[in-house]
Amino acid sequence: MLELAFKGGKTYWGWIVALLAIIGAAFGVYLWQLKFGLGITGLSRDVSWGFYIANFTYLVGVAAGGVMVVLPYYLHDYKAYGKVTILGEFLAIASIVMCLSFVIVDLGQPTRIFNTLLYPSPNSILFFDIVVLQGYLFLNIIIGWNVLEAERNNDHYQFWVKPLIYLSIPWAISIHTVTAFLYCGLPGRGFWMTAILAPRFLSSAFAAGPSLLILLCLFIRHFTKFDPGREQIQSLAKTVAYAICINVFFFLCEVFVAFYSNIPEHMDHIKYLFVGLHGHSLMVPWMWTSMILMVVGIILVVNPVTRKNENILVIACIVIIFGTWIDKALGMIAGGFVPNPLHQVNEYWPTGPEAMISLGVYAVGALVLTVLYKIAVSVKEEIRG
Amino acid sequence: MSDKKIIIAGLAIFFVLITFPFWINMGKAANAPELILAPTAQAAMDSGEGCVLPLDEMRANHMQILDLWRHSVVRNAERIYVGADGKEYNMSLSNTCLDCHSNKADFCDRCHNYASVTPYCWDCHIDNPKGE
Amino acid sequence: MESSRRRFLKLAGISAVGLGTAPALNAFAASGGHDAAQPYVKKGARALRAKQWAMVIDTRRFHSAKDLEPMIEACNKSHNIPTKITNTDHEIKWIWEAEFHHAFPTKASKFLSEEIEHKSFLVLCNHCENPSCVRACPTKATFKRESDGIVLMDFHRCIGCRFCMAACPFGARSFNFRDPRDFIPEDDKNLEFPTRMKGVVEKCNFCAERLAVGKEPACVEASDGAIIFGDLYDPHSHVREVLKENYTIRRKQQLGTEPSVYYIV
Repeated sequence: MLELAFKGGKTYWGWIVALLAIIGAAFGVYLWQLKFGLGITGLSRDVSWGFYIANFTYLVGVAAGGVMVVLPYYLHDYKAYGKVTILGEFLAIASIVMCLSFVIVDLGQPTRIFNTLLYPSPNSILFFDIVVLQGYLFLNIIIGWNVLEAERNNDHYQFWVKPLIYLSIPWAISIHTVTAFLYCGLPGRGFWMTAILAPRFLSSAFAAGPSLLILLCLFIRHFTKFDPGREQIQSLAKTVAYAICINVFFFLCEVFVAFYSNIPEHMDHIKYLFVGLHGHSLMVPWMWTSMILMVVGIILVVNPVTRKNENILVIACIVIIFGTWIDKALGMIAGGFVPNPLHQVNEYWPTGPEAMISLGVYAVGALVLTVLYKIAVSVKEEIRG
Repeated sequence: MSDKKIIIAGLAIFFVLITFPFWINMGKAANAPELILAPTAQAAMDSGEGCVLPLDEMRANHMQILDLWRHSVVRNAERIYVGADGKEYNMSLSNTCLDCHSNKADFCDRCHNYASVTPYCWDCHIDNPKGE
Repeated sequence: MESSRRRFLKLAGISAVGLGTAPALNAFAASGGHDAAQPYVKKGARALRAKQWAMVIDTRRFHSAKDLEPMIEACNKSHNIPTKITNTDHEIKWIWEAEFHHAFPTKASKFLSEEIEHKSFLVLCNHCENPSCVRACPTKATFKRESDGIVLMDFHRCIGCRFCMAACPFGARSFNFRDPRDFIPEDDKNLEFPTRMKGVVEKCNFCAERLAVGKEPACVEASDGAIIFGDLYDPHSHVREVLKENYTIRRKQQLGTEPSVYYIV
């Protein structure tokens, strides 16, 4: 099927070349980072994780979001999603590729990455994260590829794929749970130490992932002969509506616990994010923007009139993607590390090179997604054509 | 098979590329480096005292030995190596090895350059700390 | 000594074939006998031993930040700390000073005695008995040494993921954001101790290299008796004597990491 990715028009190749150019430029910056060290980033002794790990966390969510089409189709036999499961699976593959890339660019000594396999340490959550992420990557490659190829050959996929599909559903939950466990099991980080961190991550994932999928579906309908379908998009929008509401609800639960209990170690981080602490308020406008975006998103996707209007739905999805990204990527890291364990405030903001390398990783993801979607859409066009 | 020519051409290009390091360096083999022993090391050699292990073992396996030493020192807090002859050594690259082999450029580097290996020992460990 | 010999042989097994002595090593391991012809490793004769090293800092002996300088300088010099780094984001700190409400944020009363409120306290890695950093490390590059309870770093193995920095509730860990060598003062170097390289995490090692040759940690030596060092599990150690006679506090004790650094306030 890979040959389908090599047949495309001028726009397709132009887009591929543009992505390769961004990747090349970002790789140059990455070589600089390798030579100089992570000192070219905005990271510090106090905020030791930043933009890379933030985007990693967010994209694990997007990857897990793919399960929101897989689960209804395979477990509830919701036939309509038959058309779009492959899009969810391929989005998961591209997201995981980005996740792993973000982890690699974040390492101080990336050439030693295989020490994690040479000295496996099951006491470390990072060990499990590597295991579940790679497992999810392989599951989606195997499942996606097999099912699509069978569809192309007008055949039923092999029998042994079915158990893998069932396995991939809890596995999707596991990737984001383990990613949350990276944070919430650390003593002395009051902002992260909450049992609902994994549920929060999942709810935001099930809002952001399907939102992106809706945008991709609309894009495909507009530019190709394959229509993922209005019903499918509306169903996805309902998933987004539930998930974003739950996400905001969970956040409010956190606020209640921190402020009603009045425990400083838990309140101070939230205060830093929303009103500033000791005169430091870099995150304040961002966090309020995030809250406003998520509330606007809720209004637009919960209200059936606006949800059913696909033009407004596009805006709702963009609003939700950005709102959850600020909340989960920027705020989650900055809020966790500020104030530091000695209760000093040292703020973090990514630098230009850091942003450029991140853009490069996103371009890698976009390239993988483009190629995979090109294949998927070509197969769908073939069948219906 | 209309693609036959393309496939053969592709394979040929692939073969040329994959063998690139061999034919580009053909006939350019450098002479084996001549290692110079520092006076202290030379003296130990002349007196028959030798290194921590026999010469040929050191030549072939010094990297594994350094690896074992660092594991023992860092992780097990066992810092003294007792040789087969009962002689004790402090397992330290800087303070023992490089104290005797005080000519890193003529001893370590020559061979490493020849073999095109760049161990990063000296990113941290200080070369010949006690000086000449 | 027997066990260390075995351990070395077990290690040597990795490269025994290459060493060309495999049959001899195997025969030795099997017989378990005492063969003087085989190399082995051991602790130095003067090495100090303990089950869990611990420290008591008598803060009553220090009155100003200036009083703390000798200890901090002794450590910096002893371990080649790149003190010339001016960007505070990239600082490397093994032992440093902090005010009471930073060192003990959960213990800072609203109305502290004026002396305590403005005094500086020494802070360093606590060499916890349940270290959360060790739990977090994905390569065992940071580990709790079984022989004496020191939480150590294996710089050769660290991949620089900085999970340990997120896990440490005491901010005791520093990351080499760039090559530290250019920032070590030329005339304040300890040539017998390695530097670090960019991309690895580092922290206080309780002077493992000094304990191995029978010396107390550099800061203890420079403290003129204000820092007491010893085995927490030896009821007759100096540390235990002092703990018996004085009321002490520890940093963030409520987190259950069991810090091994005690403070007399």
